[in-house]
Amino acid sequence: MPWLSILMAVPVLGAVGVALLPKGSDKLAKQLALAVSLVVLALTVAMAVQFSPNGNRFQFEEKYAWIPSFGVHYGVAVDGIALVLIALSAILVPIVVLASWHDAEGATRLDLKSEAVPPKRSAKTYFALLLVLEAMMIGVFAATDIFLFYVFFEAMLIPMYFMIGSYGGVQRSYAAVKFLLYSLFGGLLMLVAVIALYVVAEKNTFMFPELVGAIQDPTTQKWLFAGFFIAFAIKAPLWPFHTWLPDAAAQAPAGAAVLLVGVLDKVGTYGMLRFCLELFPDASKFFTPLVIVLSVVGIIYGAIVAIGQTDMKRLIAYTSISHFGFIAMGVFAMTQNAQSGATLYMVNHGFSTGALFLVAGFLIYRRGSAQIADYGGVQSVAPLLAGAFLIAGLSGLSLPGLAPFVSEFMVLIGTYERYAVPAIIGATGVILAAIYILWMYKRTMNGPTAEPVKGFTDLNGREKWVVAPLIAMIVALGFFPKPLLDVINPAVDQTLTNAQVTDKQPVSTVAEKKGAGQ
Amino acid sequence: MQSPAEIVPHSGGVIGVSWLMIALPLLGAAILLLGGRRTNKWGHFLGVAMSLGAFVVAVLSFMELLGLDPDQRRRGFELFEFIPGMVNLGMLIDPLSISFALLITGVGSLIHIYSVGYMSHDRDRRRFFAYLNLFVAAMLLLVLSDNYVGLFIGWEGVGLASYLLIGFWQHKPSAATAAQKAFIVNRVGDFGLLIGIFTIWTTFGSLAFGDLTHEVTGQASQGTLTAIGLLLLLGACGKSAQLPLQSWLLDAMEGPTPVSALIHAATMVTAGVYLVVRSGAFFEAAPTAQLVVTIVGVATLLAGAIIGCAKDDIKKGLAGSTMSQIGYMMLGAGLGPAGYAFAIGHLITHGFFKANMFLGAGSVMHAMNDEVDMRRYGALFPVMKITAVTFIVGYLAIIGFPLLSGYYTKEGIIETAMHHNAILGWLAVLGAGLTGFYMSRMVFMTFFGKKRWADDAHPHESPAVMTWPLIILAIGSIGLGAFLVLGNRFMTFLSPAVGLPADVPEPHVFGVGPAALATLALVAAGAAFAWFRYGAAQVPALAPRGSFLTTFARRDLYGDALNEALLMRPGQWLTRIAVFFDNRGVDGLVNGLAAGIGGTSGRLRRVQTGYVRSYALSILFGAAAVVGALLYVGNI
Repeated sequence: MPWLSILMAVPVLGAVGVALLPKGSDKLAKQLALAVSLVVLALTVAMAVQFSPNGNRFQFEEKYAWIPSFGVHYGVAVDGIALVLIALSAILVPIVVLASWHDAEGATRLDLKSEAVPPKRSAKTYFALLLVLEAMMIGVFAATDIFLFYVFFEAMLIPMYFMIGSYGGVQRSYAAVKFLLYSLFGGLLMLVAVIALYVVAEKNTFMFPELVGAIQDPTTQKWLFAGFFIAFAIKAPLWPFHTWLPDAAAQAPAGAAVLLVGVLDKVGTYGMLRFCLELFPDASKFFTPLVIVLSVVGIIYGAIVAIGQTDMKRLIAYTSISHFGFIAMGVFAMTQNAQSGATLYMVNHGFSTGALFLVAGFLIYRRGSAQIADYGGVQSVAPLLAGAFLIAGLSGLSLPGLAPFVSEFMVLIGTYERYAVPAIIGATGVILAAIYILWMYKRTMNGPTAEPVKGFTDLNGREKWVVAPLIAMIVALGFFPKPLLDVINPAVDQTLTNAQVTDKQPVSTVAEKKGAGQ
Repeated sequence: MQSPAEIVPHSGGVIGVSWLMIALPLLGAAILLLGGRRTNKWGHFLGVAMSLGAFVVAVLSFMELLGLDPDQRRRGFELFEFIPGMVNLGMLIDPLSISFALLITGVGSLIHIYSVGYMSHDRDRRRFFAYLNLFVAAMLLLVLSDNYVGLFIGWEGVGLASYLLIGFWQHKPSAATAAQKAFIVNRVGDFGLLIGIFTIWTTFGSLAFGDLTHEVTGQASQGTLTAIGLLLLLGACGKSAQLPLQSWLLDAMEGPTPVSALIHAATMVTAGVYLVVRSGAFFEAAPTAQLVVTIVGVATLLAGAIIGCAKDDIKKGLAGSTMSQIGYMMLGAGLGPAGYAFAIGHLITHGFFKANMFLGAGSVMHAMNDEVDMRRYGALFPVMKITAVTFIVGYLAIIGFPLLSGYYTKEGIIETAMHHNAILGWLAVLGAGLTGFYMSRMVFMTFFGKKRWADDAHPHESPAVMTWPLIILAIGSIGLGAFLVLGNRFMTFLSPAVGLPADVPEPHVFGVGPAALATLALVAAGAAFAWFRYGAAQVPALAPRGSFLTTFARRDLYGDALNEALLMRPGQWLTRIAVFFDNRGVDGLVNGLAAGIGGTSGRLRRVQTGYVRSYALSILFGAAAVVGALLYVGNI
């Protein structure tokens, strides 16, 4: 069964269905979009349970010639890393659909307050775009043909551009253009590198498995690495390529921000892990010190700038820049623990930041402002809303018992195995995280209730359904990360092998002692 | 010298289900938080029941442990695989962990019961009990885990519970700020603990206590062991409010008083001592780290005592005292196996008498319309006799009145320290004298002297649900110390978990050594001075200005001022600069460049065509910098 093609076809057909609905059937459009996204989720689950972690690296393979003269294929398959990221996308989309119920409607209270928001496009277009985006997110992680990957990598921008540019806040067109241009430039660099890879490898194919190990010359590796890496570094984004993200995330509707930061940006770190490391192992090793430095700078810089933000959504965006630093550091630390941790981080960060953005979105919907100073004392009038915000925040500061702790711990300990000093500097991020999260919480939720906050209603039924699955995932994966790690670990093993690195996991002195005794 | 016993794999029996100790209160917290208002009516009873349930499991596990041979009393078993290839979560029931479990669930249950009365008028009582249950679960996870990762989960879990409970009255800005401060300062310590854990992992390839025996740690270099010890100590300093991370504890008194009793006196703040004792295999192999532990302990025991001398807020006085007493425990823990039993013993007796006094203070506040200023108390003995008598029992125990609990455990620490290093010993004696002063001052100002009540104060004794816990804790404050110390009972019991010193000291019913006599003399002098100043003399209802020293102590030895000057202010500036740079710098530089190249003067107008140029430049600029760096690195 062509699972991956079905997974992409269903949301595309759904999007067409939603788009073709007659005018004025917004409610039906939302319901249809929700139903389609739930079907995709069900199909993803059905596929995931058939994945055998210790079987072949790539499973559910499909390969058809697409442009035979250039050796371009429609090639899709997943390994453990791609599978968990596809699962993340499939879980987040229905939640985002539910959370965006009113985001695309003519005027939210946010717009009432601000003077000059141009009218939005229709709600059904928004949900159609969401479904198209879902298909592309699945495609970009599933692609095993590098040209196909590139196509998805660029095509993803289009629905996101419209979601920000037509449904966002006051400065939406500024943010959307900035987002698009940054991404396009990165994509352009990657296109050059992709074509150069094809030419230099002389294999007449873009299929990733066949290109592993094809480039031997160190100088060529370095140039190609740079092309791919800069594209991914803009996408992730790593410091200093990050300035587009706070604008885009702050102007995007909350749901779109979740998919942007939670999934789209992961394509950057995923690309580093899959393509940079495996295709250009020597160059990766050569550039590792630089990437680790950029990552550590990003961890600290993102966190410090987050502390100073006055706008909730910008603050959350900067925390993500800090978190992407952790992920990139884990990827380039080249140890099993760090890379498995980084992959798990990509998933956990999706849930955690997703929860933060969405709950912040609920707040903003009620108050019509994203300014932290416009809130205060919410906990007294809306305890559930405050509780959800707190749990999301605590997962953002990687509290043990919640999912992000496991991944952050693994990234740091795995990095420490090879590079102690960057790990120690990076670990100061745990202190800074406590400051930016708790300070935001205190200023919005605690203290005397501000006058405009007094009329706040607590979470309604729909909002509870948005928050509950996210919190359930965050708590469950906090104590039982094993199911995910069992899927991720073999793929990371393979990555390390292809990157020609030996793991640096410490040998247990205890085991040695016991072994000697026998 | 005797090393700890090996951990025996365990299955079956009560110990086999000892995870219920963690699960029951966790379930309680979950039901109360998820159940919402529906559970308001009976929520507090559920909270009490879950805590008592954990206590029953702890007692039964303890009895099962006692039924085993001493060298078989370290029982470990796995619960589930946590991070494959690195660490599994599992339980370790041994004399050390079960001692803590009994203290946490025992004193914890009494405080739960007391809180039914204390919080009866609070509309959020259910949430309060949910958090208390959450705390008990996390604290038990901390002490019952068989590895450093489980310990760390519990460690930050109690930090969360502490955060939630200090800020329980979150509508008060002072409470919210204190809660936030506690969490952030603790995170500084947690940072140290994390790096310590990383170092243990990379050095030894395991994070399980059972693997990290003295034999194993002995193979590492002195430098590594010292580093591990100091990093763990940093974690301990955060959680146990030891210098230099002490500043959060005094502010933590913003929480409801039962919280101060349970978390910020009896249990959570002692976790640092637990960590040091549990990590004995590292500390005993690193004398430098041990020395630092003892220095931190002595410095804190003096600092806490000095702060305690100047506070008029009864809870802050007790908080200073808690810092000081934990300093004693830390000192004991730094002395190796000779000190462990006294450190943990003092931790347990302190758990009783300090919880006793905090709850007593709560009872007084309850009676005085939540007044905390002792200058507004006075002459309360006749109106609340049970509270007063139990408080005075706790007071006698803490100052080391002969034959009461604190006498045996604190005296043990002082004697051992004296034996180890006379300077440490005499400083600890001095601390005992200060304790005699500030605790006497507190008792005299509160229960004796003249009435200085506010006009609307109508003090009365608290209800039975609050006084019974006081009575039970007072009984512990009287007899527990003698029970533990005489005949080396506790040292022997603890030895399979922490080892025995080479020369086991001869315990005595009433010591007559120079240190013991000097301690008693100084305590008596301190108490007499306090009587002279605060018992016999008129206490002014407003605090006099006081000397430089008094101000120094009142301002918590300028700890906050120091933090503000060294960390907060520079941090704020750094943040401002970073934000400015990020908003104007990166984009602005590029925009400016674009403007320059495009030939436009003045401000760049934000038009779409301008964007393309500016971002192109921005990206090229970044990419060029990276490529340049690459080439530069490559050329070396």
